Amino acid sequence: MKRAGFSNRWLPILFLIPQLAIIFIFFYWPAAHAIRSSFYLQDPFGFGETFVGLKNYTAMFNSAAYLRSAWFTVIFTVIVTFLSLSIALLLAVKADKVIRGAKTYRTLLMWVYAVAPPVAGVIGLILFDQSWGPIKDFVALFGWDFRLGVDYFDTAFAMVTISVWKQLPVNFIFFLSGLQAIPKSVREAALIDNRSASGRFWDVTFPLLAPTGFFLLIINITYSLFDTFGVIDTVVKGEPGNNPMTLVYKVYVDGFRGNDLGGSSAQSVILMILVLALTIFQFRMVERRIHYT
Amino acid sequence: MAQVSLNNVRKVYPNGFEAVKPASFRIEDGEFVVLVGPSGCGKSTMLRMIAGLEDISDGALTIGDRVVNDVDPADRDIAMVFQNYALYPHMTVAKNIGYGLKNRKIPAADIAAKVQEAATMLNLTDYLDRKPSQLSGGQRQRVAMGRAIVRDPSLFLFDEPLSNLDAKLRNQMRIEIKALQRRLGVTSVYVTHDQVEAMTMADRIIVMNAGRIEQIGTPAEVYHSPASTFVASFMGAPPMNLLTGRAEAGRVRVGNVMLHQHHEDRDLTVGIRPEDIIPDSHGHLEVEVTLIEELGAHRLLHGQMQGHPLTIHVGKDHPVETGHIRAAIKPNAVSLFDPASGVRL
Repeated sequence: MKRAGFSNRWLPILFLIPQLAIIFIFFYWPAAHAIRSSFYLQDPFGFGETFVGLKNYTAMFNSAAYLRSAWFTVIFTVIVTFLSLSIALLLAVKADKVIRGAKTYRTLLMWVYAVAPPVAGVIGLILFDQSWGPIKDFVALFGWDFRLGVDYFDTAFAMVTISVWKQLPVNFIFFLSGLQAIPKSVREAALIDNRSASGRFWDVTFPLLAPTGFFLLIINITYSLFDTFGVIDTVVKGEPGNNPMTLVYKVYVDGFRGNDLGGSSAQSVILMILVLALTIFQFRMVERRIHYT
Repeated sequence: MAQVSLNNVRKVYPNGFEAVKPASFRIEDGEFVVLVGPSGCGKSTMLRMIAGLEDISDGALTIGDRVVNDVDPADRDIAMVFQNYALYPHMTVAKNIGYGLKNRKIPAADIAAKVQEAATMLNLTDYLDRKPSQLSGGQRQRVAMGRAIVRDPSLFLFDEPLSNLDAKLRNQMRIEIKALQRRLGVTSVYVTHDQVEAMTMADRIIVMNAGRIEQIGTPAEVYHSPASTFVASFMGAPPMNLLTGRAEAGRVRVGNVMLHQHHEDRDLTVGIRPEDIIPDSHGHLEVEVTLIEELGAHRLLHGQMQGHPLTIHVGKDHPVETGHIRAAIKPNAVSLFDPASGVRL
C-alpha cells in the first residue's frame, strides 16, 4: 500500500493539535487532577488541602451508603441492560416483519432517540407525578400506592423505566439493521428446513445477531452506568435523601452537594478503573469475536 | 418422488405487476425440468411459488396428490438449493446438512448416519467440522446439495445454483448435479438463465419471457423447432439467424434468394441455425464474410446476405477466409415465423 506523506513533518502535528488539546484539557488533565485529589482532604471552601493517603478510599469502602449505592448500580445496570436489549429485540423482530407502513412504524419507534436524557427524565416525572401522573393513577387501579421520590423501590422503578425507554431506540435501530443484514436466502432456507417460527429464530436468526447483540451489550452497560446521569438527576433533583442513585450520580452528589472533593475524587478513580476494565474486556472480546463472513 | 402440476398459476404483486402470467404444465415423476429465460422473465418467481416462498395469486399447485397452495414450505416435502448457497454461517457443515432433519424429530444417531452418507456421496467427509466460511465455492455448493439430499424430498428445486461458480467448476458441477439427480430419481425443477445449462441438463425445457411461457419441450425440440423468434434467439449461441422475407406463389424469398416454400402469400421471418448453413461453391446463397471468429473446434463466419446480417458455423477443417463465398442450406432446416407476433408458422 502506498503511504500518503506530508512534505513537512510538523504539518501533521499541527493538524492533530486541536484534537489532542481537547483530549488533554477535558480528559487527561482532569483525570490526573482527580487521582491527585483523591489522596487529599480538600477544604470545602477552597482554603488549602491536607494529604491523607488512602484514607479517602478506606472511608469509601467502609461507607454503608457507598456500598448500598454500588449494589444498586449493579442491579440497575443488569436490569436496564437486560430490559432495553430484550424489548428492543422483540420490537425489531416484529418491525422487520411489517410490510405495510413499515417506514412510519419504524420512525415512531426511533424518534425517542432524539430526546435528551434530562428531557426524558422530565417526561418521566410528569408521567409518574405524585398528584397527576397518569402512570401513578394507572398503577393505583391495581392497589399500588406509587410514591416517586419517597419510596426507594418506586423511585428505582421509575428510574429503570425511564432509562429503558430512553435506550430502546438505539438498540432497536441496531437490531433492525442487524436483522436486515441477514441474507434473505438464509432465512428462506430456514423456512424450508424448520416449520416452527420460534425454532427458526433461536437456531438461525439469534446466532446471526450475536455480533450485534454483543456490541449492544457493551454499549448498554456503559449507558446504564454512566449516561443515565441526566435521567437520575431529574428524578432525584439533587436531593438524595432515601433515594436510590448510581455510583456516577453519587460522585456528583458527594463532590458538588456535599463538597467532599477528596472522597468524590476517590470514587471517580474507582469508576475510571471500572471503565478501563470494561474497555479492555470489550477489545479482547472484539478481537476474539466470530466473524461469520 | 412426485409429480408436480400447475393449473393456471399466476403471480401478481400488490403494485399490480404481473410477474407470472397464468401458467399450466405438468412435471412427471423423476423428470428434470429446467426453467430458462432472461432476468426478470418470472422463472425465479415461478420456482419460489412452487417452494412456498412466494404466495400464489391464482390457480392451483399440486405436488404429489396434494394441492399445496397454502401449505408451509417446510411441509411441502421439498428441498431447495439457492443461488448463493444460503448456508447457515454459524453452523458446521454437518449441522448445516442435518438441520432440516433435526427439526423433523429424527433421532440423532439416524441424522449422523444420513449426514455421513450424504457427505460420502459428495466428497465432503473431511469438511464436516468446518464452517461454511472455510470452504471454497464448489465445496459450499456441495454442502447446499447435501442439505437437499439428506431430506430425501419428493421434489428438488434449484435456483441458479451454479451462477456463482467459475466457468470450469460450473461445467463440472453441472455434470455432478445431473448424475446425482439421475441416481436419486427425484423430480427436479431447475432455474437458470444459462441456455447451455438448460440444454445439457434438462429432460424438458420451459422457456419463459416477460412472465409468459414461450415453449415447453425437450432440448432438441426447443433448439430445432423454436416456438417463437424469442426462443430462436435465446436458445443457442450464436443465436438463430433471423431474416426478413416474403412468401409469394409458394416460394419464400429473402431479397431475391429463394429459401423455402410456403403456401400463403405473406411477410415472414425466416430462421436458420448457423450450423445449418454450409459453405458450398455450388450453393445458391451469396454471402459477404466480413469477420471470422476462431473458436478452436469450430469457427463462426459473420457476414451479410442480401443486406441481412448472417452467421455461419463451420468446422475446424474447413478452409475459410473473408470475402465473397457461396453457401447452401441443409434440407428442412428453415423455421418460419410471423413477423408481427414472432410465433412459429
